[in-house]
Amino acid sequence: MSDVVEKTLTALPSLLSLDSQPGSAKLSSTSKLGNLIRGITELTSKHEEEKLIQRELTSIKDQVSSPNTSMRQMKELMVRAIYCEMLGYEASFSYIHAIKLAQQGSVLDKRVGYLAVSLFLNESHELLLLLVNTVLKDLQSTNLIEVCMALTVVSQMFPKDMIPAILPLVEDKLNHPKEIIRRKAVLALYKFYLIAPNQVQHIHNKFRKALCDKDPGVMTASLHIYLQLIKENSEGYKDLTASFVTILKQVVGGKLPMDFNYHSVPAPWLQIQLLRILSLLGKNDQSTSEIMYEVLDESLRRAEMNHNITYAILYECVKCIYTIQPKSELLEKAAKCIGNFVLSPKINLKYLGLKALTYVVQQDPKLALQHQMTIIECLDHPDLIIKRETLELLFRITNGQNVTVIVEKMLDFLRISKDDYTTIDLVGKVAELAEKYPFETMNTVFSLGGDMMQPDIPNSFLKLLSEGFDSDEEDRKLRLFAVDSYVSLLQSEPNKLPQRFLQVISWVLGEYSHLSAELEPATVMTLLSKLLDLKHTSSETKSWVLMAMTKLCEGGVAISVAQDIYETHSSSMDTVLRQRAQELQHLSQDSELRGRVLPRDAGLMPLEVDSSLSFLDGFVSEALAAGAAPYKPPHQRQEELAQAKALSLEPYSLSLPISMSSCSIADRQSPTLMSMSSGLSGDSTDLSHKGGSTTLKLDGVKRVWGREGYLAQREPVEETAQVEVPSPLRSPSQQAEADSTQSQTPTPTVTPELEQDKQQLASSLFVGLGSQSSVCLMGKSDPTPQRFRRKAQGRASSSGASEKTPTSLGSTPSPVDNLLCNSLLDSNLVSEPTNQTPQASQSLDTTNGNCHEELTDVKENNPSLIHNNEEPDKPKDLCLSSHLPTELSGLSHSEITPLCSNQSVNLSACHVQKEDSLQLVIFIFNSSDSALQQMQLQVDSGELKVNYCLSLITDSPVEEVRSHSVAVCHYSVTVKRPSVHVEVLGMLSYQLPGGTPQTIQFSHKLPLTTFIRPLTLSTEEYGSMWLAFSQDTKQNLTLINDDQDPLTTTLNVLKKKLQLHVVEIIGVEGIVACQLVQDQPCLMHCRVHAGTLAVWLRSPVPDLPDCLLYHCQRALQEH
Amino acid sequence: MMRFLLLFSRQGKLRLQKWFTPMSEREKKKIIRDMTTMVLSRQPRSCNFLHWKDLKIIYKRYASLYFCLAIENQENELLALEVIHRYVELLDKYFGNVCELDIIFNFEKAYFILDEFLMGGEIQETSKQIVNRCIESSDMLQEDDSSEWYEVELFG
Repeated sequence: MSDVVEKTLTALPSLLSLDSQPGSAKLSSTSKLGNLIRGITELTSKHEEEKLIQRELTSIKDQVSSPNTSMRQMKELMVRAIYCEMLGYEASFSYIHAIKLAQQGSVLDKRVGYLAVSLFLNESHELLLLLVNTVLKDLQSTNLIEVCMALTVVSQMFPKDMIPAILPLVEDKLNHPKEIIRRKAVLALYKFYLIAPNQVQHIHNKFRKALCDKDPGVMTASLHIYLQLIKENSEGYKDLTASFVTILKQVVGGKLPMDFNYHSVPAPWLQIQLLRILSLLGKNDQSTSEIMYEVLDESLRRAEMNHNITYAILYECVKCIYTIQPKSELLEKAAKCIGNFVLSPKINLKYLGLKALTYVVQQDPKLALQHQMTIIECLDHPDLIIKRETLELLFRITNGQNVTVIVEKMLDFLRISKDDYTTIDLVGKVAELAEKYPFETMNTVFSLGGDMMQPDIPNSFLKLLSEGFDSDEEDRKLRLFAVDSYVSLLQSEPNKLPQRFLQVISWVLGEYSHLSAELEPATVMTLLSKLLDLKHTSSETKSWVLMAMTKLCEGGVAISVAQDIYETHSSSMDTVLRQRAQELQHLSQDSELRGRVLPRDAGLMPLEVDSSLSFLDGFVSEALAAGAAPYKPPHQRQEELAQAKALSLEPYSLSLPISMSSCSIADRQSPTLMSMSSGLSGDSTDLSHKGGSTTLKLDGVKRVWGREGYLAQREPVEETAQVEVPSPLRSPSQQAEADSTQSQTPTPTVTPELEQDKQQLASSLFVGLGSQSSVCLMGKSDPTPQRFRRKAQGRASSSGASEKTPTSLGSTPSPVDNLLCNSLLDSNLVSEPTNQTPQASQSLDTTNGNCHEELTDVKENNPSLIHNNEEPDKPKDLCLSSHLPTELSGLSHSEITPLCSNQSVNLSACHVQKEDSLQLVIFIFNSSDSALQQMQLQVDSGELKVNYCLSLITDSPVEEVRSHSVAVCHYSVTVKRPSVHVEVLGMLSYQLPGGTPQTIQFSHKLPLTTFIRPLTLSTEEYGSMWLAFSQDTKQNLTLINDDQDPLTTTLNVLKKKLQLHVVEIIGVEGIVACQLVQDQPCLMHCRVHAGTLAVWLRSPVPDLPDCLLYHCQRALQEH
Repeated sequence: MMRFLLLFSRQGKLRLQKWFTPMSEREKKKIIRDMTTMVLSRQPRSCNFLHWKDLKIIYKRYASLYFCLAIENQENELLALEVIHRYVELLDKYFGNVCELDIIFNFEKAYFILDEFLMGGEIQETSKQIVNRCIESSDMLQEDDSSEWYEVELFG
């Protein structure tokens, strides 16, 4: 069929080009649209076209507004207006007439009217409201065509708010005798479900009726809704599995009417929809999966015809088979099927084959091994899309041994990629890989990814350098290597390096160039000073450079360089640079002071920050005495400014609490960030808050650069060694298969060298995949596995978030190590996300429910926690909750979150909100086979007051926990000093029988909201308290605007989410009160102003207003 | 779910546009521009699939006309190709040896056929016979009135 179409179409292509061809005779000579179109094709310039269309539009405008124009003429005018709009000219004057046409025209005029409306207007257009009545009328019409049109337009675009108006009518249509109407109604409801799910909630049982409709078309339509529903909640629809399987069986068996066939394949769209639904239902569910094995097998078998559509079904089948619980026979067949795709000469199928491989390769890396030669062909494919997909596949099979080659290939692609979206995606992936990988690559990454990469990539890199690894000697080598490579980079062509890279370079040189014996500080200074002269260097980079120089200025030459620099930059327009230059000059003169201010190797020393800036007190009082104006906090200034100018200049968002949260949650500040930000961010409040709670915490941060980074020079040598052994991985059969692939490629004459190149590439790409091959490889080269065992350890230690003692991990029993080292890929499989029990959370009340979100946030930022839970015998939430202390067992508790774990213990925690305190419960689960003795749990926090309540096993703090049992410790906590998230630090020490004492540390974050309780007050009491409080904060918050009374709605949201007490609402103002357990009040005054909620918080407790404000903001955002 | 369908000529002239999700005029213009440049710059013998942001773009050329369909990420590419193909078949059945000119001069018919075939971004009716019957039954009403301006083109 397609051939016929294509042939006939190719016979006519010249028709379009110009007017005089015979083809134009075929077109109506009378049609005005025809005239217009022909007129346009005759024109030669864009300008002429514009003139013509403007003329046309003016004439249309005249006619549509004339009262004498009949509906029929109107229809013709609308068609012309649509055409003009399609060419990109606006015809907004005709919109209202399109609606009129839909309203008043005869059935056929109506159709054009509806079409014009759906092309002209989008869902938010105000004119659409005028259409509602028309649609209502047509839905009730006895003319089927009118009903169809109304349903079509409703599913195309309909204002969300108006859905309730027509919903009953559309629902009625589900019972219509005509199947076409029923089908359209189902699809319209599907559309409603997508845009406003809660409005169609009540008709779920009607969907079931549609699913059972005697017309297969209506049933097919209802599957769209079911796919969506099951996507959101697969648990609720497991009972339908058997029905779906039966339907699929019937379809595959050819039981449907011929009308549903597509190129003699029975209802392919329906088949694929069902397969998709089944894969969702069978995921992680053995018993459900078992129901569908047979029909999947049948589908695979039936889809044999060589046509695109059968391949589409096969592809979906394969995906389904690999998504549900595996069954070996099916997997075998699916793998064969993937092979057919990959080896197909058709490029589309090859593409899908690669995609399928990417999808399944994590479960079955050997499959990639089978197709290695094809994959290599695809890597050099002229089509970038194929190439990109191949890289995606390689990315999934990356392991320690092939990372070099794969990163190289990705970088090659980055060099030619023009598309920003792809670049960003790929740079991220490279960085991910490079985190386990040597300097050269990182240099390339920095140079190529440039300023587009995420800012935390260079930060984590520097952090790694400064933190170092286990051995000082290695660290020294690593840093020295970095210094050497950067010096040579600066010596060649620094002007081509991106800003971020220059910043990294300056920091490293400033910090570590003293490690190099032959490198004079003056040389480095000169190199760096050249950067300052480069035109494109940004001022941010310049201050990094100056900072580095300050660390370096030592000895005669260096001081004179510093002097020069000072002279050029002391008059800079940029105050930060000027200050840096000052510092440089000052410190270069006074080496003793410099030693104190910038001690060497200070990277790891905790930085004490005086958050109250008390050392400035003297200065301030002097200045005040001398007549300086007192300091006013920003909001006060703002208000005065606003009053003065009557113009609101408030910031868009709350900068302070956000930066606080990012520091307390993410915990990813690097030493550089600290050293720079004090000078750069003129806003010192930012720092002062950080300093209060965290003193540059370096533990708990993911250690991203394995020490392999340093093995850079050795790696290539090994690489070549491997290559010399011609592809040790490939068995003869694979060889044959690969060769046959070769013969199928468009260029069958490959020269022997080329062939060999490819095989070399293959051996370096697919090294370490599949068990047999890796065994054989390990036998050959001993150092490799050794290295990777170390890496695996490194990762393990980094994943134990709060594990401070990596040495204790070194003593882990060796079987664990081997497991990790033998199959890095397999370990991915093991680390399935931990099962969260929805049942547990359902029983919780809203306030505790609210905490969940907070807690899961914390968890996400700490992925290591989840990954670490590989122990099969991890206790489930449900059984843990049964261990809750009796006096708490009746109360609802928050989700039980894992804190940390090692081979022998698992720690988890939950909390219970009581009126006067927060009860923190810590569960200690002994997962080892022997009892833990002399166990001692210490919980501590700078911000919290922790009272030990009881432990369930004994009352004494020293105790024993038997194997596979749980001990519970229960604390009552109150807040000493508020912060956005209050952190509890703890340490468990214990001893295994006959072992040495061990400790495990953890930290747990509790959002401040868990400590907030309502404070019931009268308005008078509120008034007197308000005046008494000193700490205040003001901010504008978003108002929830979906109601007549936005203030009440917003306050109710806050009341519900944060447990505030609304004292009174008067007009546009509202007063709210709450307290922090125990008895630390905070008052809030809200006023609706210019569409936002201006809030003013006051409290006697420092920081409480700010922290509460942060949570208010979040609560409203989440709403 | 399908997001949009565009038909454009080899010269990049838009012939038909169907948006299944709400989109501002500016976005539409940008997408049309991006699609034409991306698709027209494809080399022959490349595959028919592209990525654009988080969407998959499936395109196919029929004579001088490009059909370009955007689908969501989890959808099946091959099936989308068949959606395009079935649409071409429907057009062909209706117009009889359809060519680009038929679609230019009778674009509203092409829209009506599309509306019978797809609805709300999903397949509604795959049978050629049924779609045609629907369109023809509406056209029948039209035949009573022979003064219709485009009657001449359709049946003459």
